[in-house]
Amino acid sequence: MAMQADDVLAIEVDGLIKRFGQLLAVDRISFGVRKGELFGFLGPNGAGKTTTVRILTGVMEADGGSAFVMGHRAGSLKAKQVASVVPEMANAYTDLPGWNNLMLMAELYGVQTKRARERSVSLLQALALQDRKDNLVKTYSKGMKQRLILCMALISDPDVLFLDEPTSGLDVQSARLIKDLLRDLNKNGKTIFLTTHDMDEASELCDRVAIINEGRIVAIDAPEKLRMATSRMHSVEVSFDDAVPADSLAQLPGVNTVKKWGDKYRLYTAHPGDLVVSLVNYSCSSGRKIVSLNTLAPSLEDAFVHLTEEQASDA
Amino acid sequence: MPKAATLMQQARRSLTIACKDIRIYYSKGPVIIFGVLFPVFLFLSYTIGRHLNADSMIPGLLGMTLFFTATSISPIVVPWEAQARTLERLMSCPVTIETIIMGDVAASFAFGIGLSLVPIALGLFMGISISSPLILALAIILAAFCFASLGSVFSVPPTNIPATVNMIASVVKFPVVFISGVFIPLSELPNWGQAIAYVSPLTYFVDIARHSIQGGGHIPVSADLLILLGFTALFTLAAITLHRRTMPRRI
Repeated sequence: MAMQADDVLAIEVDGLIKRFGQLLAVDRISFGVRKGELFGFLGPNGAGKTTTVRILTGVMEADGGSAFVMGHRAGSLKAKQVASVVPEMANAYTDLPGWNNLMLMAELYGVQTKRARERSVSLLQALALQDRKDNLVKTYSKGMKQRLILCMALISDPDVLFLDEPTSGLDVQSARLIKDLLRDLNKNGKTIFLTTHDMDEASELCDRVAIINEGRIVAIDAPEKLRMATSRMHSVEVSFDDAVPADSLAQLPGVNTVKKWGDKYRLYTAHPGDLVVSLVNYSCSSGRKIVSLNTLAPSLEDAFVHLTEEQASDA
Repeated sequence: MPKAATLMQQARRSLTIACKDIRIYYSKGPVIIFGVLFPVFLFLSYTIGRHLNADSMIPGLLGMTLFFTATSISPIVVPWEAQARTLERLMSCPVTIETIIMGDVAASFAFGIGLSLVPIALGLFMGISISSPLILALAIILAAFCFASLGSVFSVPPTNIPATVNMIASVVKFPVVFISGVFIPLSELPNWGQAIAYVSPLTYFVDIARHSIQGGGHIPVSADLLILLGFTALFTLAAITLHRRTMPRRI
């Protein structure tokens, strides 16, 4: 991807490498995130997402390449001062009340006490934690802890916010509160770097997404463009009133793949219109009635699977 | 930001980390057991029934209390935080690894100094007199920092299990107590015993305590202080250098 001018980029990564012994966890990745962008970072487990976030937030050092956050070298005090993170596996201090966790973070970021108190009150309000602020964090639910960690990350009013799987395993209410807050933050100009497994979340929130697999970036684009780029992944979902052998459906013209989907079949094709006609003809000739028939555009998940599988077969 | 301003800023943040440590960790089981209860019971088991006078008993008790308490928090904080998953959050804050370590050391330092007042108060209650209180105060400050840094060195191996770190620490701490003139003054040790005692930083603190309370030690006070300073510098440097290498491996 062509790099943009420094003053436009909030995050700039060039040829980043990280090894763990023999394993090349991050393999010369390069990308840029524009200021004010909500950027998604997608990939299967072990793809290198968390390692990349840890390098960008200064928790780990890269073995090669360079990374900058708001023009400062990743890991430097200046870069850490303008950014904040909600790590995947992190916790708040469970032996302290929520309020004290916020004050601790404020002191570590050098936020003045009066400002820290004001921001804490408004963040706790926004994430529905104000009634529990004086309780020890060990009494919080998982969703409440995650919301508190987000408050802790926002106490310094960072320019760039890194979130590593922020809604993973959360209840619907907590996930919605976090997503709503991320949208508001992004609307107010914050740059957000979001790693997620949730394709719907990425599709719903992100301006652009990068797909990383086995330490390498496979694609970077807007979610909609990535979806549409995988035209072969259009599909037609069909169910019949009687059992149908998958082989006979696979032989229909233009069908790339057939997948059983509960009591339905999903037939992948580049030409869904033609396939619908073929299915109707098949129904007449075989004497089986069509119970339901839907055409589906490729989802971001389809694009993700397609791109990562394509990379694996290339390798 | 100029270097001095950055240094001041990091020192303030180190203090914040120390306050957090004291608040969270001083009441943790391993700190109470290894830092307070264990040295008290160890000392009682040695002194009860031996009719020792307070002057000869208090310097040893003071040395052991300071050594155990100042090495009680700093070894467990980093593995505990790694296990509780708070370390990554801390490392991503605008603080250096040195700031984190010095914060942990400062917490142990404060805990050590605070609890060292207990044997002093006990001694005063038992009628001891302190002939050079300023030197004793200086020695307590220096030794507390020295032992707290040593405690931080114990937690260098990148294990995230506090019990493992405590085991490593105990392997060093108990022999140190027995070779440092805590129970038997240096002058009463055989030559080979004295030779071993000289490699322990606790020896020099107990010797200063004997100077201040009993009116005489085995080594000149200035030498005690200088050697203690040397140990402090060595342990602090080792803690910082080694944690820089191992801390990222804990995540």
